[in-house]
Amino acid sequence: MTGTALPALELDSVTAGYQRRAPVLRDVSLTVAAGESVGLLGPSGCGKSTLAKVAALLHRPYAGTVRLGGEPAGGWRHRAPRAQRTAVGVVFQQPRLAADPRLTLAALIAEPLRATGRGAQATERVAQLAQAVGLGDDLLARRPHEVSDGQLQRACVARALALRPRVLVCDEMTAMLDASTTAALVAVVEDYRQRSGAALLAVGHDRALLERWCDRTVALGAVAGPRDGTELRSVPRAPADRSAG
Amino acid sequence: MSAQLKAGPAVGAGTGRALRVRASAAVVVAVLGAVLLVPLLFPLDEQAVDMANKLQAPSLAHPFGTDDVGRDVLLRCVYGMRVSLLVGVVAALTATVIGTAVGAAAGAAGGRADRMVMRLVDVFSSVPHLLLGIFIVAMFRPGVWPVVASVGLTHWLSTARIVRAEVLSLRSRDFIDAAVSGGASRWRVAVRHLLPGVLPRAGLAAVLMVPHAIWHESALSFLGLGLPTHRASLGNMIQSARGTLLAGDWWPTLFPGLFLIVPTLAIASLAGVWRERINPRRRSELML
Repeated sequence: MTGTALPALELDSVTAGYQRRAPVLRDVSLTVAAGESVGLLGPSGCGKSTLAKVAALLHRPYAGTVRLGGEPAGGWRHRAPRAQRTAVGVVFQQPRLAADPRLTLAALIAEPLRATGRGAQATERVAQLAQAVGLGDDLLARRPHEVSDGQLQRACVARALALRPRVLVCDEMTAMLDASTTAALVAVVEDYRQRSGAALLAVGHDRALLERWCDRTVALGAVAGPRDGTELRSVPRAPADRSAG
Repeated sequence: MSAQLKAGPAVGAGTGRALRVRASAAVVVAVLGAVLLVPLLFPLDEQAVDMANKLQAPSLAHPFGTDDVGRDVLLRCVYGMRVSLLVGVVAALTATVIGTAVGAAAGAAGGRADRMVMRLVDVFSSVPHLLLGIFIVAMFRPGVWPVVASVGLTHWLSTARIVRAEVLSLRSRDFIDAAVSGGASRWRVAVRHLLPGVLPRAGLAAVLMVPHAIWHESALSFLGLGLPTHRASLGNMIQSARGTLLAGDWWPTLFPGLFLIVPTLAIASLAGVWRERINPRRRSELML
């Protein structure tokens, strides 16, 4: 892979938020190498999700650059080139909000394939993905309101993997799920990462989970004052957590 | 108008409401049947008069009586309803298509384009729409299509507002982000994810607008600006019967009036049930 020399995802002094005068993130830099998994920890409201959206080219930062495989982002949302947009797969915290209520799970998983003109191979790929995330055929014909949160999140993970992204961003992927579904989905993501060499940015507040899951974890500190930058420090592994898990 | 209608569901909740829905459905079916079948069985010469039988009270031969030139009021009511429904449905569809397009475009574009379009909508809304409608019909010869244009072109504003609000709320959902991330184009997001989300609302707005458009047609005809006077339309009939009403002949006014009120209330009441199903929080407030 060409990505071995250049980091898969690079955020360079990113300042972003929803009000220009009071951005949520100030001057944050983060690098995720290809094949590496990084856990991003932080209390709620510190800008973790904003950072995830910036990394997925879904939110335009006020300042700073995002590079994917060494290449600067060509734009944000629809203005980003399609190849860059689809290079990042995103899994959101709440599967209910992240799933179009009118689509069946099969259509939901196939959506990125159809949107990028690969509808012909959709049936085969959906079956493959559904098997990987553990969704049975009967569930694929159902609509979001007919399945549980866990089942829906499995479909959302399958959708994020449909286009074989080089970077996977999981924004609190397991926050709504029980322990066994959490374990299953983390296993799916890890399996994909190991086979494809994709980079992973896992966002969450569950320190024990992220420390077990990821190669390294960083923490996003709350903004102390209007002049301070958002602090991003690496978290030393707590030995007790490793055994407890 | 809305006050009367609101009283219904508030008082009798369970069985009263079911009865009202059934009665409304029956009225709508009966009117549709009459409007489609009667012209096949009883053709009407709109110009024909029969002065020997003028102003006859309701009887077996003429269940609704005859008007001041001897025409059968029942037959003219059915033909009038036909014109009214045509105008109502076409005008409501026109208004809904325009409103949905404008609202969806404004909501999807956002920013400055959205603000400009919505200020324009505000400007149009500040002019009474009956007045604006009169301006439009006054530019053409009397006929069905100027009336359709007059109602259709003045009634898309509320639909545009409703659709825009809905698009704005949908646009910020995570599933739109997921679609963008999955490589969907703007067009695909709009057609596949936003439009299906607003269609139930837009459809409801269209149905609610049908009775309103029928009333507008009648109002324009009553003012002498709508359909040509020989045309059997509910507004024309009520207008030309005004003189005879003062002489004590009530049937040429009452029956067209009932034909106007009962079916429009029935449509509005069915639409109200649909609205409550889509949006249970809001009690039916009907746009009559």
